[in-house]
Amino acid sequence: MRTLKLSMSGFDRQRLREEASMAHAYTPGLKVKRFTIVSKTRRLPIPGEVLVKEGDIVTHDQVVAKTQVPGEIHLINVANALGVDPEETSQYMLKKLKEPVAKKEVIAKRSSFFGLFKSFVYAPADGTIELISDVTGQIALREPYVPVEITAYIPGKVVHVMPREGVTIRTPAALVQGIFGVGGEAHADLKVIANSPDEVLTPEKIDSSCEGKVIVGGALVTGEALAKAVKTGVKGIVVGGVEDEDLIKFLGYEVGVAITGHEEIGVSLIITEGFGKMKMPDRTFSLLKSFDGREASINGATQIRAGVIRPEIVIALKDTEVKGLVEEAEEAGGGMVPGTPIRVIRDPYFGAIGHVVSLPVELQVVETESDVRVVEIELEDGRRVIVPRANVEIIEE
Amino acid sequence: MTVSQRQTKKPEEFEIMLVTDVGSTTTKARLFRKKSNEYRFVSSGEAPTTVEAPYEDVTRGVRNAVREVEELTGLRLLEEEGIVWPRRANGDGVDLYATTSSAGGGLQMMVAGVVKTMTAESAERAALGAGAIVMDVIAVDDGRMPHQKIERIRTLRPDMILIAGGTDGGTITHVVEITELISAAEPKARLGIGYELPIVYAGNRDARTPVSKTLGNKFALRVVDNIRPVLELENTEPARDAIHELFMEHVMSHAPGYDKLMKWTDVPIMPTPAGEGRMFRTLAELRKVNVIGVGLGGATTNVYSIYDGKFVRTVSANLGMSYSICNVLKEATINNIMRWVPFDVEPALVRNRLRNKMIRPTTIPQTLEELMVEHAVAREALRLGFSHHKQLARGLMGVQRVKTMGEIFEQKAEVETYIDMMYVDFLAGTGGLLSHAPRRAQSALLLMDGFQPEGITKLAQDSVFMMPHLGVLSTVHPTAALEIFEKDCLVRLGTCIAPKGVLEKGGSALSFKVEDEDRVVEENIAFGSIRAVPLESGKTAKLILSPAKNLDVGRGPGHGLETTVEGGVVGLIFDCRGRPLSIPVDPAARRQKLLEWFQAMNAYPETVYERIRSAEVKGGS
Repeated sequence: MRTLKLSMSGFDRQRLREEASMAHAYTPGLKVKRFTIVSKTRRLPIPGEVLVKEGDIVTHDQVVAKTQVPGEIHLINVANALGVDPEETSQYMLKKLKEPVAKKEVIAKRSSFFGLFKSFVYAPADGTIELISDVTGQIALREPYVPVEITAYIPGKVVHVMPREGVTIRTPAALVQGIFGVGGEAHADLKVIANSPDEVLTPEKIDSSCEGKVIVGGALVTGEALAKAVKTGVKGIVVGGVEDEDLIKFLGYEVGVAITGHEEIGVSLIITEGFGKMKMPDRTFSLLKSFDGREASINGATQIRAGVIRPEIVIALKDTEVKGLVEEAEEAGGGMVPGTPIRVIRDPYFGAIGHVVSLPVELQVVETESDVRVVEIELEDGRRVIVPRANVEIIEE
Repeated sequence: MTVSQRQTKKPEEFEIMLVTDVGSTTTKARLFRKKSNEYRFVSSGEAPTTVEAPYEDVTRGVRNAVREVEELTGLRLLEEEGIVWPRRANGDGVDLYATTSSAGGGLQMMVAGVVKTMTAESAERAALGAGAIVMDVIAVDDGRMPHQKIERIRTLRPDMILIAGGTDGGTITHVVEITELISAAEPKARLGIGYELPIVYAGNRDARTPVSKTLGNKFALRVVDNIRPVLELENTEPARDAIHELFMEHVMSHAPGYDKLMKWTDVPIMPTPAGEGRMFRTLAELRKVNVIGVGLGGATTNVYSIYDGKFVRTVSANLGMSYSICNVLKEATINNIMRWVPFDVEPALVRNRLRNKMIRPTTIPQTLEELMVEHAVAREALRLGFSHHKQLARGLMGVQRVKTMGEIFEQKAEVETYIDMMYVDFLAGTGGLLSHAPRRAQSALLLMDGFQPEGITKLAQDSVFMMPHLGVLSTVHPTAALEIFEKDCLVRLGTCIAPKGVLEKGGSALSFKVEDEDRVVEENIAFGSIRAVPLESGKTAKLILSPAKNLDVGRGPGHGLETTVEGGVVGLIFDCRGRPLSIPVDPAARRQKLLEWFQAMNAYPETVYERIRSAEVKGGS
């Protein structure tokens, strides 16, 4: 076994840091923080121009970088259209490579029988000739470049510029991460419409005052309430859970792999706990309630695999609000220890909240007969239960 | 042969070898050692993969996994620069370090060809064989309009593209048309915002000049021999080699931390499925048999077949047991999953449970009911993965051939797979769910239900997930890899005896007699039931079979058979549930039947059957 040296080399220190951080990797909790520093990297899909510089203060809707993505492309088989051999294509072209053309303009022409018969090829759109192929007889017409702009998404300070690629923006903020979401980025005022975190969000609770808002419900949003929210013009919904069948009906299809955010459904939905009726934790609910009426940037985009992205609600804080506050630690107290508050995230105790009593070192056999690393927990109702460590989540306080 | 400039020893002098697999979720280290003249698996260590933020450096996960091995063995394997290699005079370090990788989504490719069922299909097989996930197959005749294809290519962000098309000396127009399409779409690489996307061209030799002209200045183009030089021949090897080289040069070097990892070893990093595939091939070559192998992972299901010498690998990129569990639900439908659940539960509840597994993929079943639901999904993932595989494991299309009288009478479509389950000798599985199944009988049942082997088929599984490791090891030290594979990797589950056919009215399906040195077991099995007879691993027994009139165990319907069979940890499994498998339609009858099968196989603890049955009685009353 390795022993801790009094005087550690850089390598040993690195090792210890890694060990500490890896211990956390097994039980990542979703962030629910009253005050933290949120950094967002805003990146262009292809290289372009960054419009802000380091130190700039930006608003959420300010364009920070822009680029031009190549326009639509049209492939036209000119040789076929004119009835000539592919290798003769260039001879019949009226436009050269890289030459701009206007929609309906003649781009190729063939005359036969001393000009008696003529056939033409017209440009299907405005654009530029990008290819003339004497092998296939095809030409490619590229429509004008399409500008793409990216906004800051959160208000804050530009702290890093990646030339031609994008920027990183930082702000002090309250942050709530959900477990799953659909729909993309939105920015609106928060409106808490549930009285308690175990309430069900039904359509009658959504009225015209919810228009343009991010509404916060309780344990479940019904399928009817989702439909009503879209009809009312709600921008976002934050709630504990949703029934899978309701989500399928709402989206019009079934999500196969959890990569979301691109749905165009008129509203962004963020669930904080999971599928089914699931009470939103008191801590999450009260945090959101304390920011009732405040502006929030939300994003339903979720990606479970390859670069985990969780949906989020970011409420930027003013400097005056954070004076004297201490940023909540990134990962509290060094992983699970006796006393750590945790939540069970799988049956048979799904959703139950409790605290760690002990962390047995030896593997234990659970009902399935698997040998697993376990944690002993005392649940809120006083029961002591053994749960695989993989099935609990630290509640970050 | 020496393996590198740093290592001066010959492979046969190696004593300690360390191999890692950087998986999408977990990095697994395996240590192999020469002990009194034989190579054995010694120890393993696992740690979460650190390809993602905040770490973004795979070597950290590798270090953590190797550190576990260090702690378990007392060996010093790590230093600041990486793995201690080659081994020092004081005994520190290893003689060989190698690794496979599927982190960050593995190798994702787009393939293109001229005719969908000919060159495009050959290109797809080549990419899959190289260990890639095929994101899409573009062909001149794929039914999409050019603008739709362009739109699709633009939205994909592959790691690499493989283009095939045309036979050597044939027309070049169509393959150039495809390259013009790709050039116009300007696809971007998945990793690295400004770098050139690698493209392998393996089409008509005569089109090389126009293809290079079209693609050469926009992409990192590599030209190799034609994949279909003539219609009758499929030559995937040059394309596959080029893919592996480009995987190292372009893809791996852009993934976080791989530049460092590549310096830790002289053995090229291999995509995980390529390593896995090598070992299934080894098994087939070693025993001169037809093998079907499966790697059931958290994100993907890889199926390999080595049938009459032909090797085919397919990957179902979105069929898996954690990240992709809901895609199995989507593709299989809830009804097909429910048919394997032996207790009464609302489908909506199962749906929510699977969704919750999808969003928290690292959780594990704690109750037997939860385990049974995961096993239900696994059966469907295997079934779908195999069904996908059979679409590619078929003869070359477009080849003129003389049909046998049998084929004419059967009117066998050319598109059908050549895999006949009756002639598959070995069915083997690997991957977390199979390797970690609490009882081996569970893995045996999953393989049987997912693949439905016919006749006499040996069943096996990977003991602790080391097939990819042995695959990459075999590129340097094949003897060691084979020895470890046979002794420590392959767990013989037993032999499955499954008569083909169905008895509509039930009745006796099969009489058997098992004779070994200590006993004779004779029994008659009713249609619709299953029976396991213990026969230890490493032992053989004489088996005499006599099937019912309509059932076939390999010699034709109703014909008996006498043979020698091998045992395993589960033993001999007489599966008379019918081929195709007959599952009762009525839900209560179905649940009862499933419990009967599970109990006959001793697949789960006895207590659970009682619990489920009494809940069923209460629910019904």
